Amino acid sequence: MSKNYTPPKQGMFGQIFDTILVLVLVYASLMVPLLFKAEAKAEAAAASASAHVQVSWQSLGQNEIQQQQWVKLGYDPEKAATLINSRFDYTIDPLMLIITILVVAGYFIFMLKVSDKQYREVIREKFDNK
Amino acid sequence: MAKDKITTSNSKPIAMLKVLNPFHIWALGVGIVLVGEFMGWNFTVGKGGAYASLIACWVIGLLYTCVAMIDSEVTSTVAAAGGQYTQAKHIVGPLMAFNVGLYLVMAYTMLCAADALVVGDLMKSGAEVMGYANLDTKPFVVLTVAFLAWLNYRGVFATLTLNLVITFLAFASLIVLFLSVDPLHQGVILQHQALLTDLPYGWIGVVAALQFGMWYYLGIEGTCQAAEEVRSAGRSIPLGTMGGMMTLLVAATITWFVATGLMPWQYLGQAVTPMYDAATLLGSSQLQLMLFVATAFAAIASANGCINDASRAWFSLGRDRYMPVFFGAIHPKYRTPYRSVLFLVPIAISFAFTGLLDQVITFSILSGLLGYTFMTFNMIKFRKMWPLGSIHRGYIHPFHPIPAITLLTLCCATYFATFLGYGASLLSIMAFYILASIWFVLRRYKYVKRADQFTMPWPRPKGY
Repeated sequence: MSKNYTPPKQGMFGQIFDTILVLVLVYASLMVPLLFKAEAKAEAAAASASAHVQVSWQSLGQNEIQQQQWVKLGYDPEKAATLINSRFDYTIDPLMLIITILVVAGYFIFMLKVSDKQYREVIREKFDNK
Repeated sequence: MAKDKITTSNSKPIAMLKVLNPFHIWALGVGIVLVGEFMGWNFTVGKGGAYASLIACWVIGLLYTCVAMIDSEVTSTVAAAGGQYTQAKHIVGPLMAFNVGLYLVMAYTMLCAADALVVGDLMKSGAEVMGYANLDTKPFVVLTVAFLAWLNYRGVFATLTLNLVITFLAFASLIVLFLSVDPLHQGVILQHQALLTDLPYGWIGVVAALQFGMWYYLGIEGTCQAAEEVRSAGRSIPLGTMGGMMTLLVAATITWFVATGLMPWQYLGQAVTPMYDAATLLGSSQLQLMLFVATAFAAIASANGCINDASRAWFSLGRDRYMPVFFGAIHPKYRTPYRSVLFLVPIAISFAFTGLLDQVITFSILSGLLGYTFMTFNMIKFRKMWPLGSIHRGYIHPFHPIPAITLLTLCCATYFATFLGYGASLLSIMAFYILASIWFVLRRYKYVKRADQFTMPWPRPKGY
C-alpha cells in the first residue's frame, strides 16, 4: 500500500498570481476575435461609404409589405440597405476546416487521455489506501 | 486557508441550505434561458433566413432534450454543487473536471454579459421613445450586474424566488403578444406570405443557423448547479428540467411565429431586441410597454441565474483546489459562495462593455457546446462504470445510448455551424481551453488532493 499524496499548501501570493494568469488568458483569447470583428466592421463601413449609390426599395428587392414594415421600423431605403446587403460568406476553406477539426478532436483526445491517467490515481488512493 | 475557515465552532463544515423545490428548478432553468426568446435567437434568421431559424429551433430542441435527459439521470445521482463539473470529477477525471468547470463559468459569465448588454440597449430604446436620444448604456449594465450580485450574495432562496416571479411574467407576456397578433387569421396583422422568403443561403444556411439555434435553450442544463440546495434532487431536478424544456419549446415556437410574421428577415436577423420591436410594430403603447418590461425582466432573470450558476461552478473549482482555494469559501451568515460571486462581477461587466452582442453570445455558446460534447462520453462511461442496479439513481433516462449518440452528432453539426461565419472565434476559444489545460497539468494539479476528488458513496468503478 502506497502513501496518499499530500499536496503543498499554496500561499496567498501564488493564489493571486494564478487568478490573474487565468484572467489574462481569458481576456487574451477572447478579445482577439472581438478586435477582428471591430476591424471588419470598420472596413465594411468604410467600403460602404466609398461605394455610395442611390438605392430604392425596388433595387433592394423588397415587396410592398416588406417596404411598409421597414418604414414602420423607422428605416428608409438607404438605411435599410446596410442591413439588407450585409451577408455571410459561407465559402469553405478546406485547410481551415481540417485545422479546426484537428484542433477540436486533438483537444478532446488529449483531455481524455490525461484525465484517465489522473483518474486512476484518484481511484487508487480512494479505494486502495483506506 | 479559506477552506479551513469554513467551519463552525464545533468543526462541522458549513453546507449550503436545502431550501429549493421543483418550481425553483424550473425558474432557474427557464429563467436563464427565456431571455433567448426575447433576443439572440433571431441571429439564426441572419445566418440562414426565417425557415432556417425554425428548423434550427426544432433540431437544437432535440439536442437539448438529449441534454436534459442525460443531465437528469447523472445529476439526480451526483447531487452536489458544481453540476456537470462534479460529474466529470467522479466519472472522467480531474483535467476534464477542470475544463468542465471553466466551460460553465465562461458560458454563464458571457451570457450574463449579454443580458446586461440587452438591458442597456433596451433602456436606450425606451429613452429614444421618450425623446432622449443617445442615452449612455454603461451605467445600466453596471447597475444590473451589481444589483444581482448583491442579491446572490445575500442568499439563494430570495434570488430564485425573484426569478420564479419575473420568469413567469416574462413568459406570460409572450403568450399575450401571441394572442394580440390574431394568429388564426393570416394577412390581418401577421404577413407571413409576404415576409417569408426562400432559404437565402440555401441548405448550408440551415446548418449555419444551428449555431445561434442554441440560444433558444442555452443554460437549461444550469438546473443541476442547484443540486446541493434542493430538498429532493431525485424528484426536483428531472421535474424542473423537463418542465423547463417543454416551456421553452412552446415559447421558442411562438416567438418565431410572431416575429417572422411582422419583420423582414434582414432586419430580424440583426435586431438586438426583436420582441420589443414586434410590439412597437403593432402600434399599441400598452403592448410596447409590456414587452419593454418583459424583455427587461427576461434579461434580469437570466443574468440572475447566470451569476448563481457561474459563481457555484467557480466556488467548486476553488473548493477542490483546481483554482485558488480562496474562492472555495461559503459566507458564514448567508451560506452563499460570496467570494466567487464578487469575483465574477467585474468580468461580466467588462465583457458587456465591448458592446458586441453576437461575439459575446458566440463565446457563451461555444463554451456550452464543449460542455454538451463532454456529456456524451460522460454518459457512456457512467453506465459502463456503474451499470444499472449497482448504485442508486434518482432517475434513469430511457433509450440509452441513443440520446448520447444523437447529442454527439448534433454537437458536431453545431461545431461546423460555428465554423461557418465564426471560425476565428472557434479557434480562439479552443486555444484558451488548450492553454488552460496545459497550465492545469503543469502547475495546478500538484495542489489537488487525489482521494478527495471522489466523494460519492459508490463502489469502485468497473475497469479501474
